[in-house]
Amino acid sequence: MTAVFSLNDVTFGYDRHPAVHHLTGRFLAGSLTAVVGPNGSGKSTLLKGLIGLLSPLDGRLERNGVRQRDIAYLPQQAEIDRSFPISVVETVLLGHWRTIELFRPATRALWRQAEEALVAVGLDGFGRRPIASLSAGQFQRVLFARMLLQGCPVILLDEPFAAIDAKTTADLLAVVTRWHGERRTVIAVLHDLNQVRENFPDTLLISREPIAWGPTAEVLRAEHLFQAKQMAEAWDDRAEICRRSVG
Amino acid sequence: MDPYATLIQPFVEFGFMRRALVACLALSLGYGPVGVLLVLRRMSLLGDALSHAVLPGAAIGFTIAGLSLVVMSFGGFIAGLAVAVLSGLVARVTPQREDASFAAFYLISLALGVLIISIRGSNVDLMHVLFGTILAVDDTSLLLVVSIATLTLVVLAVIGRGLIVECFDPGFLRAVDGPGAILHFAFLVLVVMNLVAGFHALGTLMAVGLMMLPAAAARFWAGRITTIAATSSAIAFAAGYAGLLLSFHANLPSGPAIILVAGGVYIVSVVAGPCGSLRTRFLPRRHLEA
Ligand SMILES: Nc1ncnc2c1ncn2[C@@H]1O[C@H](COP(=O)(O)OP(=O)(O)O)[C@@H](O)[C@H]1O
Ligand SMILES: [Mg+2]
Repeated sequence: MTAVFSLNDVTFGYDRHPAVHHLTGRFLAGSLTAVVGPNGSGKSTLLKGLIGLLSPLDGRLERNGVRQRDIAYLPQQAEIDRSFPISVVETVLLGHWRTIELFRPATRALWRQAEEALVAVGLDGFGRRPIASLSAGQFQRVLFARMLLQGCPVILLDEPFAAIDAKTTADLLAVVTRWHGERRTVIAVLHDLNQVRENFPDTLLISREPIAWGPTAEVLRAEHLFQAKQMAEAWDDRAEICRRSVG
Repeated sequence: MDPYATLIQPFVEFGFMRRALVACLALSLGYGPVGVLLVLRRMSLLGDALSHAVLPGAAIGFTIAGLSLVVMSFGGFIAGLAVAVLSGLVARVTPQREDASFAAFYLISLALGVLIISIRGSNVDLMHVLFGTILAVDDTSLLLVVSIATLTLVVLAVIGRGLIVECFDPGFLRAVDGPGAILHFAFLVLVVMNLVAGFHALGTLMAVGLMMLPAAAARFWAGRITTIAATSSAIAFAAGYAGLLLSFHANLPSGPAIILVAGGVYIVSVVAGPCGSLRTRFLPRRHLEA
């Protein structure tokens, strides 16, 4: 099995202060991994590091054959201006950025794919509506449609189902499962442990550093979860980079 | 009142009125989309800051070459860009946000400009730079205005999609490794360039009015970004036309007359436009009765 991301004692952080460290392990191609951990434990930071928005402060991260543009990324707080005068289908069409970039024309075929992606996320007939008229759940469906169009082999989702209704969550989970079936690598930050147990074969539990990483049933054991909580409480945000002695 | 004599004859009879009208048309074409992008980026006040930033460059040009439009424009362009780049740099490398660094640099720039002009020129010259003289637009400055408008439209045609994405969802552009920083800078260049184009005609203080007021008004008339930009251009040109007539007949300074007409259109739009105006908020259409 080839690894998409290999991490060797990696530290990610901000302003030279680590937010999460001692990350060692591999995300295999085609794997479906949930990332769980207490608030502020570095889950979002890890995803930003994987896609390349943050570079490692220390350690080695290898992206094996994936460029940044091969990764679709759904941030936790999208900086999207929801009042912007743009239609639903135009937003989805941006998923073709790699093809159209700045000024290549968006052909009929591309528009049709955007419409199809909308159908796939349950928004048939919403194409011409302005995005300002959508509910939070509908808008999340639009963002998933855009990722469908991106067609990336690697997909990173940061709390994709936070504050989303149950029906939408179920529909979008089905999309995630479909991606897994297509052998794409999906890494999703999640909070609902039952959801993780039911849908995600692998789990990475972090609390500023990995607590456990592997098959979900083994990772989500009570003692691991307890340990994660304790470590989150003991963390010092202003600490310098720490190196483990080798050996 | 004879409509021909009031509405058309001044332009037929006087070359300076015709040139002023063509200048307004050219300015409106670029100002529409640029102003709308500024509004959508929530950078409306940045246009204002940049328009003040142009002043010392224009003033230095003035002390070197007198009232030479080309030299003053070039100076203004360089000064505006310098303020944009310096503020952008401070915002990038320090925690200070761009609005604060912009305010700091444009205030420095403005004071410098007023100082230079008051040392070297008379107050009349200062008024000239601050408020412009659209009725004295000559062939050279008309050529400059038209060239800048043409260049603006060409640049927008090439990078317009990128500018829209960068404004709508900057995080996405970063995630797909798009040229966000380049687009941002190109856009600032467009804004400065257009303000320079406007400052002969309307003055540094007034030019930004023709950029922002129609753009702010247009949002109340249309829902798609292309239509909003076109509406904005149309409003700007209409304000230019009406303002010129007003200034001609009532013997008022042309710059403020044009901007005040645009201001009137803005207020009417806020009250009565079809998209999100006060009228649609508080007087919703009755539901269809079954
Ligand atoms: N942009 C940032 N600048 C500085 N510190 C940050 C930034 N984003 C997050 N942090 C800090 O990094 C730590 C991990 O945050 P994050 O990765 O967002 O946690 P999680 O997603 O697991 O809730 C937190 O202590 C947080 O305060
Ligand atoms: Mg997070």
